[in-house]
Amino acid sequence: MTAVPDIEFRAVTKRYGAVTAVSGIDLAIPPAAFVALLGPSGCGKTTCLRMIGGFEQPSEGQVLIRGRDMAGTPPYRRPVNMVFQQYALFPHLDVEENISYGLRQARPRLSSREISLKAGEALAMVQLAGYGRRKIHELSGGQQQRVALARALVNKPAVLLLDEPLAALDKKLRTDMQIELQNLQREIGITFVLVTHDQEEALSMSDFVCVMNGGRVVQLGQPSEIYDEPADLFVADFVGKTNLLSGKVAGLSGDLVDVALADGTVISARKRVPLSRGEAVSVSLRPESLSLSAPGGGGLKGIVRNRIFLGSTAEYAIEVQSIGSLLTKADHMTGRGNLFKPGEPVAIGFAAGAPLAFPQPKNNGTNQREDQHVKILS
Amino acid sequence: MSGPDHKSDPGNATGGQLPAGSEAAFSMRGTLLRKNLMTALLLAPATLWLVVFLVLPFVAIAIFSVGERAPEGGYQAAFTLAQYANLPARATAFWNTMVLAPVGAFACLLVAYPVAYYLALRAPERWRLILLALVVIPFWTSLLMRTYAWMYVLGGRGIPALLAYVGIEDVRLINTPGAVLLGIVYGYLPLMILPIYVSLERLDRRLLEASADLGATPLSTFFGVTLRLSLPGVMTGFSLVMILLLGEYLIPTLLGGGKVFFIGNALVDLFLQSRNWPFGSAIAITLVLVSVVVLIAANRISARLSGARRVDLI
Repeated sequence: MTAVPDIEFRAVTKRYGAVTAVSGIDLAIPPAAFVALLGPSGCGKTTCLRMIGGFEQPSEGQVLIRGRDMAGTPPYRRPVNMVFQQYALFPHLDVEENISYGLRQARPRLSSREISLKAGEALAMVQLAGYGRRKIHELSGGQQQRVALARALVNKPAVLLLDEPLAALDKKLRTDMQIELQNLQREIGITFVLVTHDQEEALSMSDFVCVMNGGRVVQLGQPSEIYDEPADLFVADFVGKTNLLSGKVAGLSGDLVDVALADGTVISARKRVPLSRGEAVSVSLRPESLSLSAPGGGGLKGIVRNRIFLGSTAEYAIEVQSIGSLLTKADHMTGRGNLFKPGEPVAIGFAAGAPLAFPQPKNNGTNQREDQHVKILS
Repeated sequence: MSGPDHKSDPGNATGGQLPAGSEAAFSMRGTLLRKNLMTALLLAPATLWLVVFLVLPFVAIAIFSVGERAPEGGYQAAFTLAQYANLPARATAFWNTMVLAPVGAFACLLVAYPVAYYLALRAPERWRLILLALVVIPFWTSLLMRTYAWMYVLGGRGIPALLAYVGIEDVRLINTPGAVLLGIVYGYLPLMILPIYVSLERLDRRLLEASADLGATPLSTFFGVTLRLSLPGVMTGFSLVMILLLGEYLIPTLLGGGKVFFIGNALVDLFLQSRNWPFGSAIAITLVLVSVVVLIAANRISARLSGARRVDLI
């Protein structure tokens, strides 16, 4: 028996007048998973979330929740709850009244004893026991976030929707909440769908990442897959930091291509899509796959321009003649990275299999990401 | 004016014993003084206006109210609470007013809320301003003229004549309580619509989505969120209209046939006809006190129900 997906999109398109926000998305979100919809602003991720919540209706296609077509089902009859951006807590109700708001809507009615019991449990779950009588405006941003979580989860939804829930928090609190959200999801065992434009957040919290761009799903996979095996140039560039080197295909052998870079260096890269000899490609090289050594050996030669100290690691910007600036990352603890100072010449090496070659967008501009946007949108 | 002296005076007064940095402190005090002066100048016209047209008349009325009627009418100095003791003589007028004001304001509210709701939450954006203007524009014509117009519309040659034409005879509209209520709702509607519109317009739409998301039907969302959060506007409109209705006598006179007397009628009578100024003043003072109580109560209620930290009445 195959499990029914908690959320399923079947050829879903959403248009606002002449603008297509979401075009022909097919997506199945497995039960009890933590899924992130990741993409730049305007990629359609929030529209997707709002279609699950019932606040938007698809122009075409179907949205199914636990196998049931949701067409015509208003938000208040859907088995999902949302944590809104900036929380949308009711200012005229106190914390407990906010949390029990959903319970009070249940028909047949719950007894007030039951309501206050459940609300109390929900408060304890988000570590706000004793805050029930506080007014919303008396809470900090992090506390409001917890109230919003409790208010949604107390209704035992089939799926919890989170719309950029951590955007309003400061960095330290955000990291804490990331861990807390992950723990909550495992504890409760329901599907969480998180919308975010922050790739770090998506990678760190979720079991699956659904990368979106231009109203389409570009890649769906586990965070490590998305990071290590990006489906295209957009994903490679959007998720994590990467160096993009332009070149031409000089030779093909199985899964590998030889790419001739602008300075004549030929590097061997893996390809994700078929490429032909002579085709213009971009090679993606993650900063951490590059290693620096004293000049003399093989590899690309460059000069250290900047050293960015990050605590446990250090990043170097290396100027390579006729290729441009490359970013490398070195583990601070090993001490290797510390050997180089700005102005020093270095050799750049990389692990075999690390470079990934992608076909270049048609017009060969300098700003790769912009080109990619154009390509995917058109 | 003593020219040279004047200039050196401030320096002499402080005598050079001040610690370093005192000069800055001194000039700061100067700036502060200038700021205060500026504030005072800016506030002066409004203050003067309030004193001349509100405070002084109020004091005069208060003094009149403890005086006596001069034999030939008007005011004669005295100190007596006889006028206040005499208030029950106008109990009927008080009672009628106390019924008319809240009932009229409530009727106004019932008509205004749906209009404000539509304007703020349903009307297409580009129509909103035009529709709002349509609500306000009639206000540019005097209420007296508009009420006269209603006299003709409701009178024998107005709607009843039309109804008679289609066979419905003997319909009486003018000089009925219904006509008075209609006139009141018509006359005060914008005062009710605008504050409610403002509070609904400010309403965070995501709260409505959150309510729906939590399983509330549109009806429970309306009563649980929309109405609660628009209460400050409702209370502002309600108290505004109610206070104006406490002094209203024109509409009941013109559309109600003048058979029922209100405090407004009593005041006109006492000041202009029977010239019993002290008694009229006592009634006026009582009316003001009642208005203040109504305002405070409305403010308290809406603050409590809408959870607002502070409610601005207008």
